[in-house]
Amino acid sequence: MSNNNSQQEPLFSLKNKRLLSNPIGKDNPITVQVLGICSILAITVQVKASLVMAVSVVAVMGLANVIISILRKTIPPRIRIIVQLVVISSLVILVDQILKAFVYDVSRQLSVFVGLIITNCIIMGRLEAFALNNKVWPSFLDGVGNAAGYGAILLVVGIVRELFGAGTLMGHQVIPQAFYDLGYENNGLMILPPMALITVGIIIWIHRARDRELIDVS
Amino acid sequence: MKALNNLVNKIKPNFEKGGKFPKLYRTFEAFETFLFVQGNVTRKGSHIRDAIDMKRTMFFVIIALIPAMIFGMWNVGNQHYLAIGLEEQKGIIDEFIFGFLKVFPIIVVTYVAGLATEFVFATMRDHEVNEGFLVSGMLIPLTLPVTTPLWMVALATIFAVIIGKEVFGGTGMNIVNPALLARAFLFFAYPAYFSGEVYIYTTLQEGQALIDGFSGATPLAVGALAAGGEMTYNEMYNAMPSIMEMFIGNIPGVIGETSALAILLGAVILVATGVGSLRIMLSVFVGGFLMASVLNIFAVNPLMELPAYYHIFLGGFAFGAVFMATDPVTASQTGTGKYIYGLLIGIIAILIRVLNPAYPEGIMLAILFMNIFAPLIDHYVIQANIKRRLKRLKAA
Repeated sequence: MSNNNSQQEPLFSLKNKRLLSNPIGKDNPITVQVLGICSILAITVQVKASLVMAVSVVAVMGLANVIISILRKTIPPRIRIIVQLVVISSLVILVDQILKAFVYDVSRQLSVFVGLIITNCIIMGRLEAFALNNKVWPSFLDGVGNAAGYGAILLVVGIVRELFGAGTLMGHQVIPQAFYDLGYENNGLMILPPMALITVGIIIWIHRARDRELIDVS
Repeated sequence: MKALNNLVNKIKPNFEKGGKFPKLYRTFEAFETFLFVQGNVTRKGSHIRDAIDMKRTMFFVIIALIPAMIFGMWNVGNQHYLAIGLEEQKGIIDEFIFGFLKVFPIIVVTYVAGLATEFVFATMRDHEVNEGFLVSGMLIPLTLPVTTPLWMVALATIFAVIIGKEVFGGTGMNIVNPALLARAFLFFAYPAYFSGEVYIYTTLQEGQALIDGFSGATPLAVGALAAGGEMTYNEMYNAMPSIMEMFIGNIPGVIGETSALAILLGAVILVATGVGSLRIMLSVFVGGFLMASVLNIFAVNPLMELPAYYHIFLGGFAFGAVFMATDPVTASQTGTGKYIYGLLIGIIAILIRVLNPAYPEGIMLAILFMNIFAPLIDHYVIQANIKRRLKRLKAA
């Protein structure tokens, strides 16, 4: 099915590129649609965990969108949510097993939040809004794009929190010892979830200040 | 005065549009209105313009804060010399000078950091520099222990001005009290500096030593230890200063909070000038006293057994009630709402302090918490009033 579609228009037509790039910028699931906030509060204390989470979500979301898009004509509308959940949860279990096998310490750190990818509203939202009505290739791009938009914010917040909260990045000491000798201290608030929320808020602020059309006056 | 006015008017064109420094107009305007009342006339709406504009209102708060500040400075020196056993030889003047030299830099850093942030935002957004920070800049140092490093003070101030105020649109739009936000930021970010046991300036010169048995713990820190189960009631009671000492305030604590007497003076000034709300102050104290009395009945941990009136003098309760809870922007606006708001602050403050030894400074969290609920309280008070009057209309 997908081959037929892609013959009609080039793989990376302008429209398809937009599917990929819009969610990273002006249709970002976190900063514009304000979805997926719970996981961003929970797992962004360290960059490594954020990175693994971002990659996992990209994998789950891209594949889930593809599978649902393939099945879109056979899923009875009444039970579509359950079908979507089954697809997502199988993928999440796969990801979880892979993480446990290859990066066990990060997997332990992410603990329950890998499982909770199932409940990530961005994934369900894209399945409902896009994959159910679109062909396979655009669905894949849409899934990857949205997951990348989510992951990008996750990474930025992770970098800010780990840098100021622990003075490290990916576990390596970044802030030199000389600073600590002068009286600098790690900011304990950065490790607490409220600071993730505030960081996301600041990102949203900067984002809207740069792109005025995002400001909605209601 | 006249010469100053002429000077201001002479250099004014430099800062207006087309002048030499249009970018600095907002900075200039701030200093101009600081010196002289502007001759603005209200042109739209039915606003009443008082001769006392917001800048002058804020001045009354600063005047009310002066007793607590002066006393705080003296107390910093006093506690320092007590700790090294020299207070017999040093007079009040020596103690005040020592304290002044420690406290003044904190005040300067707060004002510089805060006003710089305000000026940047005022220039960027082209609005007036708001006066609110004059008070916040005085409140922030008074809520800090004198041992706080200066860079932390600056960081917290900038955080409070940006996240507490500018994000919401500047003075008058803020949801939570910026001064308390600065303190809460430091409290959570650098807990080691806010544990209540490091509040006395103890850097020693050569030939000096701490006296034997010096602990330096604030009464509140003692209470928190007891609440955590590390002390019996009698141990705690003996480690605490007498009620008279707590009233006068020559006890360890953050700069502005120790003296109930100085705070009382401030409260009188605030109420007499009509700037602070008596309803809020009273209801905070009543709420705290009631809650402490109720906890007296249960008395599960030693801090609960403490006589209720002690709680009024412990820690920052009085300071928060008089200067923080009454902030006109973040408190409830309606009359009934003020009673509810104040009572709940008192109740929650004592609850947090007594039941959670990790956060003995409950008043800070209680006020921030109730700041968020103030609009909700107002909403229901107004709705209730509308309902009541509708009923009266029907009956008539």
